[in-house]
Amino acid sequence: MKDKILEVSAIKDGTVIDHVPADSLFKVISILGLDKIDKKTTFGTNLESHRLGKKAIIKLSDIQFKKDEINKISLVAPQAKLNIIKDYQVVEKKVVEIPDDVIGIVKCVNPQCITNNERITTKFKVISKSEVKLKCHYCEKITDREHMEII
Amino acid sequence: MKNKSLVSIDDYSKDEYIKILDLAAKFEQNPVQDILKGKVIATLFFEPSTRTRLSFESAINRLGGKVIGFSDSSSSSVTKGETIYDTIKIVSNYCDLIVMRHPLEGSARYASEITNVPIINAGDGANQHPTQTLLDMYSIRKTQDKLEDLNLFMVGDLKYGRTVHSLLMAMSKFNTTFNFISPDELKMPDGYKLYLDKIGLKYYEHKDFTDIISRADIIYMTRVQKERFSDPIEYERCKNAYILKNYMLENTKPTMKILHPLPRVNEINVDVDINPKAYYFTQALNGVFVRQAIISSILGLI
Repeated sequence: MKDKILEVSAIKDGTVIDHVPADSLFKVISILGLDKIDKKTTFGTNLESHRLGKKAIIKLSDIQFKKDEINKISLVAPQAKLNIIKDYQVVEKKVVEIPDDVIGIVKCVNPQCITNNERITTKFKVISKSEVKLKCHYCEKITDREHMEII
Repeated sequence: MKNKSLVSIDDYSKDEYIKILDLAAKFEQNPVQDILKGKVIATLFFEPSTRTRLSFESAINRLGGKVIGFSDSSSSSVTKGETIYDTIKIVSNYCDLIVMRHPLEGSARYASEITNVPIINAGDGANQHPTQTLLDMYSIRKTQDKLEDLNLFMVGDLKYGRTVHSLLMAMSKFNTTFNFISPDELKMPDGYKLYLDKIGLKYYEHKDFTDIISRADIIYMTRVQKERFSDPIEYERCKNAYILKNYMLENTKPTMKILHPLPRVNEINVDVDINPKAYYFTQALNGVFVRQAIISSILGLI
C-alpha cells in the first residue's frame, strides 16, 4: 500500500487521506473546506480498492489536521486512513473516529425541525456509532446514514 | 428546578416528577393564592391552542400573576417575518417566564438557548408537550394512589401521538407494564419498543380491543386521524375498531380510569361520559394545578 501511495505522486510534507469511498470524495472536500485552500492538492477518484470497490484519495501538501477537524469526515468516510508525511516518509498513520457530537456539517432529516426553518447551526448527539445515528438536539428526531445530507 | 426551562419531559428526573406532582397536590388543596403577585408571564402561542393556553392562563391568574402575549401568530409581528430569535429576545425584556407553543419542532429548545428567561414548552410541533405528560402522570397517581407497577393501555394513534411517546418515556421509570392497541399503520415505533426491551419492561401489542382490557389500570385513549393513513380504505376498515363504548367497560377493574389528552372526536363514545371510570374532564382540571406547580417551582417561589 505504501508503495502505491508514493507511486501516484509523492508529496514531501503533508497529509494523505486514503480509503475515502469514491462517492464521498466531494463531501470530504466540502467538510474539510479543501476547495478554499491554497496548498498543492491532488485528488484521485474511482481508484480500485479491495475494501471499498472504488475509492478516492486526497493528497495535501503542507497541511495537518487537528483530531476534531478530521473526525468530521468519519460520517461520510468511516474507513478513511490518514498518512502523515514528513520528508517523503510516512511518519504516522491515523484512523478517523466518529465524534460524540456533530455540530454543523449535517442537515436534520426532519423538514419541521427549527434548524431547517431558521438560521441555526445544526447540533446532534451521536446515539449509535456503528450504524451512525444522530439525534437532533432541537427536534429530537433521528437522522441515519441513509438519510444523511451534508450541508 | 429554579430558572431551569422545561422543554422536554426528559429534562426532569424521576425525583423532579414526584416533586412537581406533590406540589400540584398542594395547589389542588389551595388553588387560589397570590404567590405570583408582581410576576409577568408571557404566553406566546405561535399557533392556536385554546385549551392549553387557557389552562396556563387560568393557573397564572389564580396565583395572582399577570399574563401578556398572543394567541396566534397572525396577531404578532411574526406575520411580518420576524424570526423566533428576535421575538424571544424582545419578549424576554418584558417578563419573568415564557410559555410558548410553536408549530416547528425544536423551537422551544432553541428559544431556551437564546434567553436567560426560563421557557416552558407548551408544544413544539409533533415533538414535546411536557406539561401534558406531567398532568397525565398526576391524574394517574391521583386515581391509582401510586405510579409504580401499573398496567397502562395506550389506544389509537401510537405512531404519531406525541402524548403517548412522552408518557411512555416518563412512566417507564415506574415499572409500568404497557399494552398497545392500534392499527398496523399506527403502531408504536420500534425505537420505543427497543427502549423498553433494553430496560426490561414488558409490553404487549394488540390490534383490537378485547377482554384483555379487564387487566388495565389506566386506558389512555388518543385520536385516530384520517390523514395519518396512506390508504383511505384501511382507514374506513379500522376507524370503528378503536372506539371505546360503555358496554366494553363492564369487566374492567373498578379502579380503572380512562384518560384522553383531548380534544376528543368520536374515539370515546359519549355514553362513556357518565361512567365513573371516565376521567378525561377532571384530567383537564388537573392540568391547572400541575401548571401552577411547574411555574412556581421554576420561578423559585416555593
